[in-house]
Amino acid sequence: MTAAPGTDDAIARRTDEIISGLIGLEGPLLLIFHALQAEYGHVPAAALPRIAERLNISRAEVHGVMSFYHDFRSHPAAAHVVKLCRAEACQSLGADQLAERAQEKLGTGFHGTSADGKVTLEAVYCLGLCACGPAAMVDGKVVGRVDEARLDQILKEVRA
Amino acid sequence: MKVYVPRDAAARALGADEVAAAVLREAKARGLDVTLVRNGSRGMVWLEPLVEVETGGKRTGFGPVTAADVAGVLDGTSKKALGPVEELPFFKGQTRLTFARVGLIDPLSLAEYQAHGGLEGLRKALGLTGEAVVKEVTDSGLRGRGGAGFPTGIKWETVRKAPGPQKYVVCNADEGDSGTFADRMLMEGDPFCLIEGMAISGIAVEASKGYIYIRSEYPDAIEVMSAACDIARKEGVLGASVLGSGKAFDMEVRVGAGAYVCGEETSLLNSLEGKRGIVRAKPPLPALQGLFGKPTVVNNVISIASVPVVMAKGAAFYKDFGLGRSRGTIPLQIAGNVKYGGLYETAFGLTLGEIVEKIGGGTHSGRPVKAVQVGGPLGAYLPVAQFDTPFGYEEFDAKGALIGHAGLVVFDDSADMRKMARFAMEFCAIESCGKCTPCRIGAVRGVETIDRIGRGDVVAIPLLTDLCETMKDGSLCALGGFTPFPVMSALRHFPEDFTANAKEAAE
Ligand SMILES: Cc1cc2nc3c(=O)[nH]c(=O)nc-3n(C[C@H](O)[C@H](O)[C@H](O)COP(=O)(O)O)c2cc1C
Ligand code: SF4
Ligand code: FES
Repeated sequence: MTAAPGTDDAIARRTDEIISGLIGLEGPLLLIFHALQAEYGHVPAAALPRIAERLNISRAEVHGVMSFYHDFRSHPAAAHVVKLCRAEACQSLGADQLAERAQEKLGTGFHGTSADGKVTLEAVYCLGLCACGPAAMVDGKVVGRVDEARLDQILKEVRA
Repeated sequence: MKVYVPRDAAARALGADEVAAAVLREAKARGLDVTLVRNGSRGMVWLEPLVEVETGGKRTGFGPVTAADVAGVLDGTSKKALGPVEELPFFKGQTRLTFARVGLIDPLSLAEYQAHGGLEGLRKALGLTGEAVVKEVTDSGLRGRGGAGFPTGIKWETVRKAPGPQKYVVCNADEGDSGTFADRMLMEGDPFCLIEGMAISGIAVEASKGYIYIRSEYPDAIEVMSAACDIARKEGVLGASVLGSGKAFDMEVRVGAGAYVCGEETSLLNSLEGKRGIVRAKPPLPALQGLFGKPTVVNNVISIASVPVVMAKGAAFYKDFGLGRSRGTIPLQIAGNVKYGGLYETAFGLTLGEIVEKIGGGTHSGRPVKAVQVGGPLGAYLPVAQFDTPFGYEEFDAKGALIGHAGLVVFDDSADMRKMARFAMEFCAIESCGKCTPCRIGAVRGVETIDRIGRGDVVAIPLLTDLCETMKDGSLCALGGFTPFPVMSALRHFPEDFTANAKEAAE
């Protein structure tokens, strides 16, 4: 009998498959985290003991590596993720004011989710779009020259 | 006709995908036989999406193009016509060696790559001994473009001489500095150039395996580089016998996970090994004990991508460009509040003022320039009074500044330099790997101290200076060690921004 998707058993089994596909590569741990996050939107807690066992490292080590990196989530994000660049080049073009506006409109701080549960707001430090800032990434899509109107439009679209 | 619409992330961020869709739609409506090429960016970001139409072997540019402009572009009636892109002053003034093909060719056409000089360097290298290849790179004067400016050839020689059956070439494509995008543009616009450079390095030092560590914030670069590696493998540029030479070299793309410190080479190696990105103490040098403890070349994208042209045209050709001990060309990335932002490859030696005022055209806002941060978040803020500084490693060092990865971020007179100093400390606190106390704790104290100063408590200014000294002396890597550059330069050149509230309080 196969376990229902999303249960700890099912996650552990799927984790095993992912690990089997990657374990032949050198230093596979980040690859495994990326693959899990691509599939589940976060790295499920139920996956960690399997990783520790198969890679023959301690659970503390697995957890330590995962939590070191800003990218890996232990909980799912909202259906939409808006990342605003907060680094210097974008600041020179008003990124701080945009950041404030976004937080106000969404009713959440950075790394939080809007009150309606639809949007997770994140900070990012440079997207390599520094000659067309302020920059943002909306559900993986890059956006340049974000001004107030453009921001409002983005937020409206993701909350529709 | 051929129509070029860049697939570069900056062009896409400004609507290139919508323009490309409109090109196909309008061409169909007109019954035109159009071949759409998604090229790299020509580097004139203020003109993106910059579309080029090629008829009768001649290319004409249009920009910035919106989907609504496309009909006029195809009909030849658009008011956004720019003429031949090579004739635009921003482009014409450049010396494009490393970026010669970026924007010109289809990034994933190996045939076009070769038609424009690609693989010449690798073919030459395959006919030479490893020692001779390394000598050529050393003689070219090429220095690391990732920030530290270490001579690339000397690093390679250490790895070449190191014993061991397994060695590695690791390309640092973590490009985390604000104001920089040269690595991204090269990977998206001419990925085979980087692959060729990696292969030359592997063959020279006898490393059969390479990795490119690309930051996760660059999904487009990851996609193009991965596709290019697959093509190169299929076409025999990579694999068990590189171009039929019998020498093996293959490589893989690996993706970072949002940690700035992983751009530091030893942290990057730990990350590649699947560990936390903690900085390692040196020695041992990565050249001797790098990835998995094996001898490893770690180089920036631009350092490696400059090797093919050095090999193809010779060390003397490359070395002929430049100033003092800064040889060759440097892709300047002109960013922030600037009118003409983009990538400008030129010989070292232009002054900062020429770059910002003449090439960059001053600020985007039209207000006076206040400061330029050069070299990313660990680089100093230079005031207009230092605009006579020539762009070179030693020349910037002499001013208490650094060129880093050659990103320049322009600020207008509305910038609050105390706030920028605070951000430098805050960024250091967020991104610290945690290994040394002066960095991990010092940066947090730095934020608090600058906040105190902001509240008018100017007595805290000497505390900030002391703290910067402690961070400089007690940090293992440049994250903690160089954060004092932006902080102290802001304080030194713009003291009024730190004492503004104090004056009010005294009144
Ligand atoms: C905090 C920190 C971040 C760095 N980030 C990068 C980076 O993103 N890309 C890079 O090439 N070098 C970066 N470096 C410099 C590398 O440690 C190293 O000097 C470089 O990759 C060597 O290559 P090169 O000799 O070709 O410049 C960083 C250094 C530090 C201390
Ligand atoms: S200076 Fe900071 S980032 Fe560098 S090793 Fe020390 S704690 Fe880590
Ligand atoms: S600083 Fe925002 S994209 Fe580079």
